[in-house]
Amino acid sequence: MSDLPNYTFKDFASDQEVRWCPGCGDYVILRAMQKALPMMGRRREDFVFVSGIGCSSRFPYYMNTYGFHGIHGRAPGIATGVKLANPKLSVWVITGDGDGLAIGGNHMIHAIRRNIDLNIILFNNKIYGLTKGQFSPTSDIGQKTKSSPYGNTQPPFNFGELALGSAGQFYARVPDNNPNDMADIFVEAEKHKGTSVVEVLQNCVIFNDGAFDNVVDKSVREDMLLYLKHGEKMLFGKEKNKGVRFNGRQLEAVTLGENGITEADIIVHDAYDPNPSMHFMLTQLQYPLPVGIFRCVEMPSYEERVDVQVNASKQRSKFKTVDDVLFSGETYTV
Amino acid sequence: MSNDEKTVVGASDTAKIKLDHVVIRFAGDSGDGMQLTGSQFSDTSAMLGNDIATFPNYPAEIRAPEGSIYGVSGFQVHIGEVEISTPGDDVDVLVAMNPAALKTNFNAVQQGKTIIVDSDEFTSKNLAKAGYDRNPLEDDSMGSYVIIKAPITQLSREAIKDIGLDNNSINRTRNMFALGMVFWMFSRPLDYTIKFLEKKFGHKPNIFEANVRVLKAGYHYAETLELLPSAFTVLPAKMTEGTYRIIMGNMATAWGFLAAAEKSGKQLFLGSYPITPASDILHELSAHQHFGVVTFQAEDEIAGICSAIGASFAGDLAITTTSGPGLALKSEAIGLAVMTELPLVIVNVQRGGPSTGLPTKTEQADLLQAMYGRNGESPVIVIAASTPANCFDFAYEASRLAMEHMTPVILLTDGYIANGSAPWRIRSVNDMQAIKPAAAPAPGTEADWMPYLRDPETLARQWALPGTAGFEHRIGGLEKEDFTGHICYEPDNHEHMVKRRAEKVQRVENFIPELQLDGAESGDLLVIGWGGTYGSLHVAVKSLHETGHSIGLAHFNYMNPMPRNTREVLSRFKKIVVCELNLGQFATLLRSKFPEFQFMQYNKVQGLPFTVLELNEHLGALLQKS
Repeated sequence: MSDLPNYTFKDFASDQEVRWCPGCGDYVILRAMQKALPMMGRRREDFVFVSGIGCSSRFPYYMNTYGFHGIHGRAPGIATGVKLANPKLSVWVITGDGDGLAIGGNHMIHAIRRNIDLNIILFNNKIYGLTKGQFSPTSDIGQKTKSSPYGNTQPPFNFGELALGSAGQFYARVPDNNPNDMADIFVEAEKHKGTSVVEVLQNCVIFNDGAFDNVVDKSVREDMLLYLKHGEKMLFGKEKNKGVRFNGRQLEAVTLGENGITEADIIVHDAYDPNPSMHFMLTQLQYPLPVGIFRCVEMPSYEERVDVQVNASKQRSKFKTVDDVLFSGETYTV
Repeated sequence: MSNDEKTVVGASDTAKIKLDHVVIRFAGDSGDGMQLTGSQFSDTSAMLGNDIATFPNYPAEIRAPEGSIYGVSGFQVHIGEVEISTPGDDVDVLVAMNPAALKTNFNAVQQGKTIIVDSDEFTSKNLAKAGYDRNPLEDDSMGSYVIIKAPITQLSREAIKDIGLDNNSINRTRNMFALGMVFWMFSRPLDYTIKFLEKKFGHKPNIFEANVRVLKAGYHYAETLELLPSAFTVLPAKMTEGTYRIIMGNMATAWGFLAAAEKSGKQLFLGSYPITPASDILHELSAHQHFGVVTFQAEDEIAGICSAIGASFAGDLAITTTSGPGLALKSEAIGLAVMTELPLVIVNVQRGGPSTGLPTKTEQADLLQAMYGRNGESPVIVIAASTPANCFDFAYEASRLAMEHMTPVILLTDGYIANGSAPWRIRSVNDMQAIKPAAAPAPGTEADWMPYLRDPETLARQWALPGTAGFEHRIGGLEKEDFTGHICYEPDNHEHMVKRRAEKVQRVENFIPELQLDGAESGDLLVIGWGGTYGSLHVAVKSLHETGHSIGLAHFNYMNPMPRNTREVLSRFKKIVVCELNLGQFATLLRSKFPEFQFMQYNKVQGLPFTVLELNEHLGALLQKS
């Protein structure tokens, strides 16, 4: 890769004017992505961004890479075709909670199940933005929206739970107010072979402002968020005096020095554990809310399996040209 | 056996009656192996040089309850020394493996013709299941037919009792007994089928041995049976010289795509979801991974087409295969391919509709869905194959048009030609028309390049593939500004782009062949058909023309755009009748394009093809009136 141009984030910005609302969390994600791509050691022409429909899905227009703005919910299908046609490309899916979990929910779980090497970034703002404020599959019970004026009566998806339940091998969650951490996680997602899923807790300033303030606001996040780091103890709090232990039944938040709790009681995060049980328990934890990479396990990717099979068939087959097939088997001459 | 009967002496000294053509139908339970029996008979006949056409007619249920009316599966074979274009109307020989098979197929047999039954199966229980009050073999209800009552079950068992097979396996050999009888009746050799059985059951010597013994038992039974009136023979047909094979429509479709991929130097990608009667194309292409073909069985119809659109964006010859209900699900994505101006072939193997409809039966009622079944002004090329064998040509043609004109193409076939088979004269890929996919942008043009720059002749845009430096661009479903491809909601630009997309498809008329007529080139009556009805229309029009009528057939393979000489052809006849297996969809289309002409209609929607008989009657009546 010695001939790789020395890219900066500017090389990945297109000439199109960005049209999200002022203050939208999407700007942070765009900036983090443009910052992350030069760190990936790949050529600009090898990136493809595929999206569905919704605010998030305008993203490809703002990236100076190959891009495809698809139809509602179907970005995983389009991206799967791109990747299978040319596995050398780095293929990204940009989606939202409505696009990816409602109309496109089926495609989402099947893409994850196959473990095709796509990097799926799901902007979760718990609301429909582009259609102007209806509840989404991640909206909270009781949430008042235009289509639920008396409060939402549909229980939400927990996306981490869904991703792991679909046999996801890479799942990360990241707030939208920390572009550096976010860029690092995008780099890790790209490195991971197989489907990488990143959920961004993204603030919609117009229809659901402050949805995540109780955990991600600068004033509280040190005490409310658990930053997962592989191989490190699950400690949190400004003083790092709190942690997460397994009490034999579930995970719980504890304070060091209280009730005889010591650092030895605090569990160490193992993102590489093939057994997803602990990762699943982490998706259930509300306090502290874990962010970072929950799970990162290498398994053969779908396009690798296809490639191996196709190459084996090529080696084995007696058919070298289509004529060999047309004239094979039971033919007769008149 | 309504044709000239002449006594000839064959290789053996047995006198044989020579027939021009003959129609045989094998009918039994869906588990009785009738499809296999029928295809063995037709393949053997093709090897002897007969022209053939076949038509399977099977239920949607995989294994319906034994002996039931709705579980009857049939396979009809038409073989001839003369040109054969359809599987035939009237059955000369019916093989009915049980009472239900007799009941459901009896009406297809005219008086005086032959019916072979397995008399062992006519038990009171089976008769009741088939809805017979009395045993039709024991009253005089079939007195005017030649009925051959053969104890097939018992004789099959007897032939293999020492092999030690279980009852199920023994019963599954019964079809070979019937096949053996029919082979003798029509002077066919057994060796082709024995070779086939060896290939299929070679690894199970007991089963192989049992099938061969029962096949021979049936053959010898027929030979010694005094009930059989005589043996017949059908001499080889006069066919164009060449190497042939028997091919089913769906297989021909799959192979057409293989050939197009090789010819154009593209990798073939199929994104598909299983659906009757289209799945065989998915199966066949999945078996050809060795050419680098990628078949992606998706989670649904929508993901199937979307993956194909993604593969097309990345540079593959991308196709998706489905049937009517699946085409409905793909509508929005077809619009996306129209808007992004990417090459894509959508195969719709039509079946009876609406909704789930008649999954295993044929119909032509998706034409207007293919033409107009999308939101917005969304023109695509619509073409149709018209015989099992030319499914190959039109799969190839659909690929050529899609890649040369950067547009989706809908290829319509139907259950009748997709599952029917016929001889196909094999051509080498070397001899096929060149395919020149839309150009990739030339290196050095990066600075001025725009994704919606168009070829001045075809209006196709260029195909710039991800992975190519300097041509990074974004496309999508929002309206585009011409040339730049930027999102644009300007009123004038939208109208301009709508017209450009329409004109791009219309200009395809300059790159397709003109209409050729069968029969008269001008005169009293022009018969119009399209797609899979060609065989019966061809036979009907030919016979009327040969008996001195002024009648011609214009059979369309290109519905959008239509051939350039269409208006001129229409103007050469006094009357026009459009025959199709729907309530008049092509007629509607023709009326909207050519309002100066009057189009009569002849329609049928029974899940079945036209018979030559009904066409002759109807077209003959129209000629009388003129």
